[in-house]
Amino acid sequence: MHEMALCEGIIGIVEEEARKRSFSKVNVVCLEIGALSHVAPEAMKFCFEAVAARTIAKGARLEIVETPGTAWCMACSESVEIKQRYEPCPTCGGYQLQVTGGEEMRVRELEVD
Amino acid sequence: MLDCSANPAGQAIAGMSSERIIQVERDILGKNDRLAADNRARFQADAVLAFNLVSSPGAGKTSLLVRAVSELKDSFPIGVIEGDQQTSNDAERIRATGVAAIQVNTGKGCHLDAAMVGQAYDRLPWLNGGILFIENVGNLVCPAAFDLGEACKIVVFSTTEGEDKPLKYPDMFAAASLMLINKIDLAPVLDFDLAKTVEYARRVNPGIEVMTVSARTGEGFSAFYAWIRRRWAKLKQAEMAAQG
Repeated sequence: MHEMALCEGIIGIVEEEARKRSFSKVNVVCLEIGALSHVAPEAMKFCFEAVAARTIAKGARLEIVETPGTAWCMACSESVEIKQRYEPCPTCGGYQLQVTGGEEMRVRELEVD
Repeated sequence: MLDCSANPAGQAIAGMSSERIIQVERDILGKNDRLAADNRARFQADAVLAFNLVSSPGAGKTSLLVRAVSELKDSFPIGVIEGDQQTSNDAERIRATGVAAIQVNTGKGCHLDAAMVGQAYDRLPWLNGGILFIENVGNLVCPAAFDLGEACKIVVFSTTEGEDKPLKYPDMFAAASLMLINKIDLAPVLDFDLAKTVEYARRVNPGIEVMTVSARTGEGFSAFYAWIRRRWAKLKQAEMAAQG
């Protein structure tokens, strides 16, 4: 359950931002999670509630924006979209793919009071 | 100092709702990544080649390390960081070879993080120009996400596991530079399909290097040591180039 550790990372960021930008309540935490990142969004939501419980983010809603996985196909010399790492190139069916996007795990924005 | 100048939404205006949107755009693993960069800088300063060994539980990481450190300890200063949820059994197995080992117990944690490795490295003797093996918690999922500052990850896969494991746990096989296929001595009795395993691993990571070994018999280890020596020589070369 590394989602637990990731949620602790999110809370750390939220608390730092709260100190820097002086807010005391967080209503929404918006994340950007890539399709090829190390995160299951459902597990993330479950863990977030538990980790946020005694922090400034208590009760905050977690919104997750999923970004697509992209890869460079060396055979086709073009960028393609993939949903999983083990998927072949949708154009040529080969596996000579280099992942170029979709590994993000970021806190994008906060809705605060 | 409290600097609110960078706040895109500005401060609350009296009489209006104080709700505002704050742009953050920060990596969730940013803190771990910064600590990993610190570790990497320390390893570089000490000319230490660090490997992060990952696998599922029972693939034979510790047996493999016991053999490797026993056979390499006369050539290099070696240190080992052992990660497990509980017990110091693994560190004791390494220490029995005469090589320094620090056990990290992660408790409920399912992976090592960069802070744990930094603290454990403090407790090892100086490995000047040597090799650091970090044996991660046996888990093919979580350790993939956490950079420890290593030169590269080595994934240990054993012939008793299914050939399709690289497809089931693609993140880890994508993150590793080398796959060591352990327990190769058992392959004949298991109907293990080596070609299929390698094909699956290269589907998720076309550049992954593959070697077959047996920690029990020692088969394949000379090729593994040659690989380590090549990496080590490259590190030395880079160090000499940096010094001009």
